[in-house]
Amino acid sequence: MKIRDLEALGEVRRQGLAKYKPARPRIAVGLGTCGIGLGAEEVYQTFVSAVEALGADVQIVRTGCFGFCAEEPLVNIAIPGKPLVIFSQVKPEEAEHILTDALAGTVDQARALCKIQSWDHLTGVVNFGEGFPGIPEWDEIDFYKGQKKIVLRNFGLIDPEDIEEYIAVGGYEALLKTLRNAEPERIVEELKKARLRGRGGAGFLVATKWESMRNAPGDRKYVICNADEGDPGAYMNRNQIESDPHSLIEGMVIGAYTMGASEGIVYVRAEYPLAVLRLKNAVAQAEAYGLLGEDILGSGFSFHLSLVEGAGAFVCGEETAMIASLEGRAGRPRTRPPYPSEKGLWGHPTSINNVETWYNVPVIVSKGGRWFAETGTERSPGTKVFSLVGKIKNTGLVEVPLGTPLRTFVYDIGGGTGDEKAVKALQTGGPSGGCVPEEMFDTPVDYEALAQLGSIMGSGGMVVMDEDNCMVDVARYFVEFTHSESCGKCVACRVGLDHCLRILNKISEGQGTEADRDALEHLGPMIRDTSLCGLGQSAPNPVLTTLRYFRHEFDEHIEKKRCSAFVCPELVCYYIDAERCKGCMACAKVCPSKAISGSRREVHNIDQERCSRCGSCCSVCSPAIAAVYRESGGITRRIEPRKKAKRAGHREKTP
Amino acid sequence: MPNQVKLKIDGEYVEAKAGESVLDAARAAGKFIPSLCHVKGLTPVGACRLCMVEVAGIPRPMPACTTTVQDGMVISTVSEKLTRYRQMIMQLLLSERNHVCAVCVSNGSCELQDMASKLGVTHSEFPYRYPRLPVDASHPRFVLDHNRCILCTRCVRVCAEVEGANTWNIMSRGVTSMLAADLNGNWGDSETCTMCGKCVEACPTGALAVKGKAVEEMTKNTDAVSRLATARGGTQQ
Ligand SMILES: Cc1cc2nc3c(=O)[nH]c(=O)nc-3n(C[C@H](O)[C@H](O)[C@H](O)COP(=O)(O)O)c2cc1C
Repeated sequence: MKIRDLEALGEVRRQGLAKYKPARPRIAVGLGTCGIGLGAEEVYQTFVSAVEALGADVQIVRTGCFGFCAEEPLVNIAIPGKPLVIFSQVKPEEAEHILTDALAGTVDQARALCKIQSWDHLTGVVNFGEGFPGIPEWDEIDFYKGQKKIVLRNFGLIDPEDIEEYIAVGGYEALLKTLRNAEPERIVEELKKARLRGRGGAGFLVATKWESMRNAPGDRKYVICNADEGDPGAYMNRNQIESDPHSLIEGMVIGAYTMGASEGIVYVRAEYPLAVLRLKNAVAQAEAYGLLGEDILGSGFSFHLSLVEGAGAFVCGEETAMIASLEGRAGRPRTRPPYPSEKGLWGHPTSINNVETWYNVPVIVSKGGRWFAETGTERSPGTKVFSLVGKIKNTGLVEVPLGTPLRTFVYDIGGGTGDEKAVKALQTGGPSGGCVPEEMFDTPVDYEALAQLGSIMGSGGMVVMDEDNCMVDVARYFVEFTHSESCGKCVACRVGLDHCLRILNKISEGQGTEADRDALEHLGPMIRDTSLCGLGQSAPNPVLTTLRYFRHEFDEHIEKKRCSAFVCPELVCYYIDAERCKGCMACAKVCPSKAISGSRREVHNIDQERCSRCGSCCSVCSPAIAAVYRESGGITRRIEPRKKAKRAGHREKTP
Repeated sequence: MPNQVKLKIDGEYVEAKAGESVLDAARAAGKFIPSLCHVKGLTPVGACRLCMVEVAGIPRPMPACTTTVQDGMVISTVSEKLTRYRQMIMQLLLSERNHVCAVCVSNGSCELQDMASKLGVTHSEFPYRYPRLPVDASHPRFVLDHNRCILCTRCVRVCAEVEGANTWNIMSRGVTSMLAADLNGNWGDSETCTMCGKCVEACPTGALAVKGKAVEEMTKNTDAVSRLATARGGTQQ
């Protein structure tokens, strides 16, 4: 059934709304990769069988991720006329209870995480209902307070596998409007007003890129969506596609129309099988509804979208390498200019934009550029999605207005480390970014402010580090990553990073000298300034920022052969305190190098020659005994039990 | 399109053909810009990073070989920073593989050696990596010594763009990158190699050489390769 006009779209919208807000209870299980990883599939299946067993009139759907990954599996329950209620950490055995409650028109208010009375999908508002005073509104709980869902407008609410639910919340209306008005230059104008900047890392103005594409000569043009997200710790783009694939398609069709492209490609990591599956399904549905393919919405405009799965090279996220990869060549970047918008895929003008950039497009078209620019800062308007991970209590996808200080992420939204350990630094921008020390957490997150600190915003990875992270090791880790992902084309990156890595290895092994540290400071700027592509140009950032803000840790490793975080294996020795050891054999049993002597009820001893410094003994020695301790450069530390903080979703039960 | 543009290089006004590279324009004006991966007529790739110059208005140095001249461009080919970077890059090249001049067929007529001495680099401050790399002597006429290869890809390009044989390519990535014949077989078993020897002539070091040459006996005729490539119209970037 092809949609050709507003009326037909309206008809589908009504049908979709009947599914999204049905006259019977609806139970939606968050089945993004994050949810599935925490057992959501089983929860979903349990709900399905429970409904079957009861013969209940309840709708069970799969949805994407509502952002709070630490609290997955998230399940939301919509009872007609009542607010949508979100449950966190749902276990299969709770399914029946939740279901019978829902059938009785209620929920366990003490068990619920939050509720939504009315949701602004930005392309349409859905009022679920009022009630359940015992449950906080979603934006009243710490994790969501201060968040603003523009990109994530449909996430975890609609069924990503059903185009009608997307249409139900106003989806594809921006596209219809665009094709009806037939004024592509107006779209560029709106983008200019919005001052939307590319979300792939560099923050290039989208309007400028699109305008130069529009003006580029030639009738064959391509638009590409960059979904090759490869930064360690970043998974925004994956969840975006998994949770709301149609926003991407709509954004791309609008973009293609604006720029005069008739073909589009989504270059997505093959390591994201669920995203690939849901996007393929969405493309097929959009084609079936006449929203993609030939003669879209009866406008005469045709646009074909295909999917290409990347083979796992980080550097293929760089746009010229991506083009080479798409053309069947090895994924190695080339110098720009010429930019892809002048000379891209197969030599034709090509616009490459990040997944999240495309997600902003339909909203800007429907609500206007001015509206968009009201959020965020003057130079960086809008919101940005970050994946907040590492030593943080509330891990998840966080969308906040640009300009939000780092402190808000770590303490207000993230809830700190979740134990008594202090946060040491925040790593932004992945392997191209830097480590920002705690003292600088008042820095607002935008492209310029982070660059000033020597880091970058990048695509949105945020890794929190605490006192158990060694900053030398962090720098070493990221250089190891870029070193192994370097394409090898240019000397600066290929050989320069190899020397950096060798030096960092030396320092973390306690073999480093001051000259080594100085060599890093020499190599860094050279690699940054002379590398061919963004990979090499940004690869020194983790080294240079740690040297800048955590120099004392380098010096400690060099001068005192000490790793205060007890991370670098060569600098840490493990000992057993004879006074405390009860001779329980726990450590001796797990020791892979058989370095621990002493039999039952005998004090154990670690043979330092044999010890491989894996730390297994430390992790099995009961915290109540705490006989195993570590030593590094003259300081010692016992194992201390990590005190788990209370989970957000488990409030005290009211008796 | 005999369109002329005017630019300023190191304070001097220079005329250049529109579409020409900064490297060609500067060299035509008698400027010295070091480079190793460039051969006029072959597609410039910007791999060696020695030809970096400063362009007014652009914060980081740009490779002269892949940067096209533009009217009004202001360029400096010398600065303290550029010299330092070029010297460091030369050291990186020298430390990467096993460049032992005393036992090399190209000693005395090696572009890497010449360039090092022009840049005043006598040794590497970075530790030498001394990788163990093979020598492919399977070809009846030529020999490939990976120890001397600097991955400039001149051979790859001349083979593809002038000879049309596409025998060479670079496999793997990062520091493990290696020149490979066909699908990484022995060069001697290559089904595409026409034995034309242009790769050998284009190679700036002793990595590709004529079999049977002793130390210092190998001289290359890169100019001939460049003339051939240019006569064919060159390749646009
Ligand atoms: C090494 C490297 C990796 C990159 N990886 C990605 C990526 O995974 N996703 C992405 O959108 N952009 C990535 N980029 C940036 C792209 O080259 C390009 O700038 C971006 O896709 C443009 O889209 P935008 O303007 O919407 O940000 C990468 C760049 C470099 C240098």
